[in-house]
Amino acid sequence: MLQTTHFPWSYNDPFADMRRLQGAMNRLFDGGRSSERSGAYPSVNFWVGQDSVVMSAELPGLTDQDIELTVKDTMISIRGTYPEPETGDDIVWHRRERPAGSFLRSIELPFRIDPDHIDARFKNGVLTVEMQRSEDDKPKHIQIKSS
Amino acid sequence: MAQELAAQDERNVRTNGETEPATLTFTPAVDIFEKGDTTVIIADMPGVASDGVDVTLERQVLTLRGTVKPHAPEGYRRLSSEYREGDYLRVFTLSDEIDQAKINAEFKNGALRLELPHAAEAKPKKISVKTA
Repeated sequence: MLQTTHFPWSYNDPFADMRRLQGAMNRLFDGGRSSERSGAYPSVNFWVGQDSVVMSAELPGLTDQDIELTVKDTMISIRGTYPEPETGDDIVWHRRERPAGSFLRSIELPFRIDPDHIDARFKNGVLTVEMQRSEDDKPKHIQIKSS
Repeated sequence: MAQELAAQDERNVRTNGETEPATLTFTPAVDIFEKGDTTVIIADMPGVASDGVDVTLERQVLTLRGTVKPHAPEGYRRLSSEYREGDYLRVFTLSDEIDQAKINAEFKNGALRLELPHAAEAKPKKISVKTA
């Protein structure tokens, strides 16, 4: 099983942003489909909003039943198993390029998310997960009194 | 008997037109196998809707095309990208005569499954040799 833990965000590293940008540029120019070199599967894209984050991943050939999504605090995990390829005595294989087997990927999110407000959809082989920042994780505005 | 399927790979990413917004075209990953008298091709085209799939068979040339509608969640800005979206194109030259009327195509969950039954006349005929 492929198992990876990836941290797209880091609070401690002031150059994380710069490195991420550099990584993005490298990917842009290497002409490849995705960052397969990192060995992380599946590849994911992220978008951020005010207090929410959207993650997407391409998982063609799977059904929503084959994908397991778990969330704990700031960690989201995608687990899945591809259906067994067809077998039989009369089958002669010519090409086998599509992904097979099972995978697990855990990704650190920039904030704690509310497990009750996650919207996960699987359409045309693309998984899209919209997550909201948990209420108690949001910064609190503190009134300063002058007296 | 294993039939040879010659594939024209377009590994390199290319852009479509210069005036168009740059659309990437990828080579979809495929599984190809022979099951009895049928060639089965499964091609991964994630992000393509079923109306964006186009399959043509002209003479022996099979063209698989998928047009993607780029999607970006509204009100969000892109943070990191590990994969890119784009169209799909792959062309195969089939060695067998295909029975066009019996081709079965199914597109589900971003994967296209094509069943191409061989035409009857393409099946090997056994020729009996008479002894004088």
